[in-house]
Amino acid sequence: MKGITKRFPGVLANDRIDLEIQPGKVHALLGENGAGKTTLMNILSGRYRPDDGEILVDHQRVRFHSPKDALQVGIGMVHQHFMLIPNQTVAENITLGMESPRFILRREKIEQDVERLSKAHGLSIDPRAYIYDLSLGQQQRVEILKLLYRNVEVLILDEPTAVLTPSEIEELSKTLKDLARSGKTILFITHKLEEVMEIADEITILRKGRVIAQTKTEEVESRRELARLMVGREVVLRVEKEPVIPGTTVLELRDCSGYGDRGHQAFQHITFAVRRGEILSIVGVAGNGQTELVEAIMGLRPLSSGQIILFGKPLQESTSLNMGEVGYIPEDRLGMGSIPSLTLVDNLILTSYPSFHRRGVFQREAAARKTEALLSRFHVVAPGIHATARQLSGGNLQKLILARELSKNPRLLIAEQPTHGLDIGATEEVWLELLKQRETAGILLVSGDLREVLSLSDRVGVIFRGRLMDILSVEDEDWISDIGPMMAGVKQERTR
Amino acid sequence: MDTGSLIFILSVAIQSSTAVLFATIGEIFTERSGVLNLGVEGMMLMGALSGFAATYYSHSLFLGVLASMVVGGILALIQGFFTITLRANQVVCGLALAILGIGLSSFLGRPIIGRVAERCVAFPVPVLQEIPLAGPVFFNQNLFIYFSYLLVPCGWLFLYHTRPGLSLRSVGENPTAADTAGIPVIRIRYLWTIFGGSLAGLGGAYLSLSYTPGWKENMTSGQGWIAIAMVIFALWNPLRAVLGSLFFGGINALQFFFEARQFTFIPSYILRMLPYLFTIAILVITTHSKSARRRASAPASLGLPFQREENS
Amino acid sequence: MVVSVLLALLMGALVFLAAGANPFKAYAVMGLGAFGSLYDVSEVLVKAIPLIFCGLSVALSAKILLWNIGGEGQLAVGGIGAAAVALFLSPHLPPALTLPVMILAGFLAGGLWASIPGVLKAKMGVNEILTSLLLNYVAIFWLEHLYFGPWRDPMGMGFPGTAIFPESAWLPRFFQTRVHLGLILCVLLALVLQWVFSRTQWGYEMRVIGENPKAARLARINLTRYTLAVMFVSGGLAGLAGMAETSGIHYRLQQGLVVGYGYIGIIVAWLSRLHPIGVLFVAFFLASFLVGGDQLQAVMHLPSSVGLVLEGTLLFFILGSDFLSKYRLRVIFKCQAPHLK
Repeated sequence: MKGITKRFPGVLANDRIDLEIQPGKVHALLGENGAGKTTLMNILSGRYRPDDGEILVDHQRVRFHSPKDALQVGIGMVHQHFMLIPNQTVAENITLGMESPRFILRREKIEQDVERLSKAHGLSIDPRAYIYDLSLGQQQRVEILKLLYRNVEVLILDEPTAVLTPSEIEELSKTLKDLARSGKTILFITHKLEEVMEIADEITILRKGRVIAQTKTEEVESRRELARLMVGREVVLRVEKEPVIPGTTVLELRDCSGYGDRGHQAFQHITFAVRRGEILSIVGVAGNGQTELVEAIMGLRPLSSGQIILFGKPLQESTSLNMGEVGYIPEDRLGMGSIPSLTLVDNLILTSYPSFHRRGVFQREAAARKTEALLSRFHVVAPGIHATARQLSGGNLQKLILARELSKNPRLLIAEQPTHGLDIGATEEVWLELLKQRETAGILLVSGDLREVLSLSDRVGVIFRGRLMDILSVEDEDWISDIGPMMAGVKQERTR
Repeated sequence: MDTGSLIFILSVAIQSSTAVLFATIGEIFTERSGVLNLGVEGMMLMGALSGFAATYYSHSLFLGVLASMVVGGILALIQGFFTITLRANQVVCGLALAILGIGLSSFLGRPIIGRVAERCVAFPVPVLQEIPLAGPVFFNQNLFIYFSYLLVPCGWLFLYHTRPGLSLRSVGENPTAADTAGIPVIRIRYLWTIFGGSLAGLGGAYLSLSYTPGWKENMTSGQGWIAIAMVIFALWNPLRAVLGSLFFGGINALQFFFEARQFTFIPSYILRMLPYLFTIAILVITTHSKSARRRASAPASLGLPFQREENS
Repeated sequence: MVVSVLLALLMGALVFLAAGANPFKAYAVMGLGAFGSLYDVSEVLVKAIPLIFCGLSVALSAKILLWNIGGEGQLAVGGIGAAAVALFLSPHLPPALTLPVMILAGFLAGGLWASIPGVLKAKMGVNEILTSLLLNYVAIFWLEHLYFGPWRDPMGMGFPGTAIFPESAWLPRFFQTRVHLGLILCVLLALVLQWVFSRTQWGYEMRVIGENPKAARLARINLTRYTLAVMFVSGGLAGLAGMAETSGIHYRLQQGLVVGYGYIGIIVAWLSRLHPIGVLFVAFFLASFLVGGDQLQAVMHLPSSVGLVLEGTLLFFILGSDFLSKYRLRVIFKCQAPHLK
C-alpha cells in the first residue's frame, strides 16, 4: 500500500501511509484506539475507498469497489464484529455470497466441503451447527473458514483476540502461524503488546493515522519500547493509589445465580462483598456472565436463587433501587447510558430527575445550573448545555455519564468497561475520578482490560463461564500470573 | 354434518383464504428482506381496482391480472423508494401508502362501481376432481387458486433450498454481513418489496375478478391488515401461511354456512367480527408462545434501514 | 417543507387530470370551498375538531413509540358511549350534567377500547399496530349493529340511525355556524398536552422512553405503566372525537360517523412532529383539504376522496423532505463515529 490517505469528516484517519507486506508472514498492525488501523485494513479489504494513494498486489495496481473485488484478488478480512447470521448454520454462512452452486443449494455437498476444509486446517467445527449455539471462539473459526473457503491468500483479522480466552488465544496463534507457514499472509490489528510479541513476525506501528515505525519482532527490545512508540510518551502503567481503610459493606452477593436471555445459566453461586473504600474488580473475557450479573445487581434481571444485600437490606424484586445511592456506568454508552437525541441537561438528570421535579413540574433553572456546574467540574467539552448528547465525542460522553453518576455521591458505584474505547488521556482522567470516589464509596469495577483492573483494584475476582473462580487481593504476589489461567477456567493450587 | 355441507365449507374456506394467502406470501418475502410493508391493504385495493378496470375495458382477464400485479408493484416501489433509499420510517410510510391506496382506489373507482366484466370461473381438473372429498374441495376451483397451490411450495423451496433464497434470508437477518459477503442488499430489498406488492395486487385482483366480482369501495375489508398479522402467525414461513389463511377462510366459510342455513344463534354482526377477533387471538397466541419464539422470530433487521458505514 | 407542499399539489394536479378534470379549476374550487367565506372557514373548523382529537391521540401514543392506529374504532366506541348516555341515561340526569357525563363516557369508552391493544402490548408484547387496527373493524360492526338494530329509531324515516338526542345532549354551537363547543375542548386539551410534554415529570419520562427505551429502563421508568396509561388516554382522546361528532354535529348515532378521521389523525400527528400545538395548525390545514374536496364533489362531481389522496401524497413528500434534513444530521453523526470507536 502506498501513500494511502483517507479522510472522514473532521478526522484524517490515514495520512499517506506506506505499507509493505511480505507473503508467508504474520504482520501485526499495532496502535492505540483511533490510530487508523481498522480504517486502513478496511481500505485494503475493499470496504472503503481511499481518497489518495494506491494498492499494489504482486506489483500490479488494483482498485477495489467492494469487498468482493478484494476477495477475488485473494484478500479477505475478519471483522471485529463478526459478519455472521445467527440463525443459520455454519455451512450456510460460509457459502453465503458465493457464485456456485448457482441456484439450488446443495446442503450436503457444502457441509462435506466445509468439514474437509476445517479438518485440513485444524479448525474443527460442525458445519450443521447454528451460529447462535457457538462460542465466540468457534464463531471466529467460522469467519476464518469463510475466507479459506474462498482461497484467500491474505487474511486480515481485526482485534481477533478481543473476545477469546487465553487458551483460545493460544489456539488462534497456533492456527495463524500454521497458515503463515503454508504460504498465507496474515495481517492482524491489535492494541495488545503481548500478542504482538508472541504471534507476529513483523510489526507496523500506527499513531494518529501515520506510520511511526516498521520493524521485525526479533529486533524489538522491550514492550516498553513498543508502548512508547505506540503512544508517543512514557506510558504510566500504574497509577498512584493511596491506601484506604475499607469501611462498611455496601454490597453483598450471597450464592447468586441467574439466567441469561437465551435461557442458559448465565452465572451461578456468585458470592462476594464490596466495602466502602475499596475497588473490587470482576475481570473476565466478555460473555462470561458479567453483563447478566450486573443487570441482576441493578434489578434489571431477576435472580434464580441467592440474595443480594444492598446497604444492609436485601434487594427484593419489588424494592425500587434507590437511584440516588447507587451510581451505574453502563458498558453501552450510547445504548443504555445516554439518550443521544436529547440535550445534555436531559441526560444529566436521567438518574436523578425526580429531584428536579417539584410536584411534577420541571425545575428548569435548577437543572441548567447543575448541568453547567458538572460540565465544568468534569472537564466535559461540549457546545453548550442544550447540545445533544450525540454531538459529544466518546471520551466526553463517558465523562458526562461519570459526572452524572458521581454527582449523586453514591455509596456504591458500579462501572462497566468505563474506559472502553477511550484514548490514554481520557482513560487517565476516568481512573483518577474512580480512585477519588473510592474514599466515599465502594466500587464494583467490571472490566476485561487487565491493565485497568490491575492498576485500580484492591481485590480482583475472576469470572469464567458464570462462576467466580477466586477473589485475590493486591497483597497477593502471585496474582498476576494466576489471573490469566483463571480467565480460561484453570484454577491453580495455591500455597498461602 | 353431511358430506355436502363439509365439502361446501372446506371449498369455500379455500376460496375465502386465497386473497389473504397471496398477500401473506408476498409480505413474507418482503419482510424476509427486512422491509416492513404496512401498505398491503392499499396495494390490494388498487390491485383489485386496476385488475377489474383493465378487464372491463380490455375484455381480457389476462390483462387484468397483469395490471393488478403491475399496479401493486408500483405502489410497493414507492414504499421501497422512501424506506430503502430515503430511509424514512417504515411504519409511517406503509400507513401513508395504505391510506393513499384506499383513497385513490375509491376516487378512481367511482365510474366503474357496479359494472360487470369477465370473471374467472371454476375450472374443474378432469381426473383429480373425482377423488372423494378432496376432489371437489381442492380441484374444483379457479385458476387463481390453482396458482396458489403452486406458489406456496415453490415459495417454500425457494426460500430454504436455493441460493437466492439464502441471500434473501441473510439480508433480512444481518444486512451488514450480507453486504460484506458481496450480496446486493439494496437490490434484493427492492426486488422483494416489489414482489410483495405485486402479490398483494394479485390478491386484490382475485377478489374483484373471481371471489366477489366487480368493484366496490373498500372491498378488501381489511384483508390486507389480516395478511400482515398472518405473516407473524406464519413465523415467516410460506407453508405455515397456508395454515393461517385457511383458518381465516374457515371462519368466513362458517359464517356463510350459518347464514345460508339461517342459524341465528350467533347474530350476524358477531359473525362478521369473528375473522378480526380470530386474527387478534392468533396474534396473541403466536406472540406469547414460547415454542414459537424459539423456532423462529422476525427477521432481525425488519423495519431497520440499511446503510453501509461508508459509501463507496 | 414548502417544496413538499408544491410537489404534492403537482401530484394532485396529475390525479385531477387522470379523472378528466381541469386541475386549476379543481384547485380553485377547493380553495374557494375551504376559504371563500366565513361560513366556509367555519366548516373547516368543524372538520378540524375531530382531526385535532385524533391527531393528539396519535401524537401522545407515538411519543412513547406506540402506534395507536385504532383511532377509527375508538372514535366509534366513543360515539357509542356518548349515545348511550344521551339516549338512556339523560332522562335520569339533571340537564346540566348530561354533557359532562357524555364527555366522560366518550373518553372512557375510547380509553377502554384502546386499552385492549394496550394491555396486550404491555403484558404480552403483542404488536399494537395490528391489534388496534383490527379492532377498528370490530368497533365499526358493533356501531352499525347498534344503530341498524337495537338502538334504531323507529321513526327513522329511511335514514338509519338512533333517535335524535335530547337537547340537553347537544353541544352548543357558535353563532350561526356548526362549530361547536368541542373546539374549545380540543384546543384546551392540546394546550394541556403541550404543557405536560414540556414541563412535567411525566413529559420527561415519556421523552426518555420515546428517544431511548433502554435508557428509560436504566432510569427505572416503568414502561408497562406508561404503555397502559398512554394507550388509555390516547384512546380516550379519539373517543372524544366520536363524542364530539355525535353530540355536536349529528345529534344522533348514524352512518357517516366513521369517515377516516382516525387514519388522517395519524397523518396529522406525524406532520406536526408529535407537537400538540402543531397538531392544531396541521389539523386545520388538512381539514381544509377535506372541505375543499367536498366542494369538489358538489361542483365538479368528482369524488370527495380526492382530499384523502392529496393528504396521503403530501405525507409522502414531507417524508421525503424529512430524509433530506435527517441526512444532514446523519453526516454530522458520522463525523463523530471515528471518535466514538
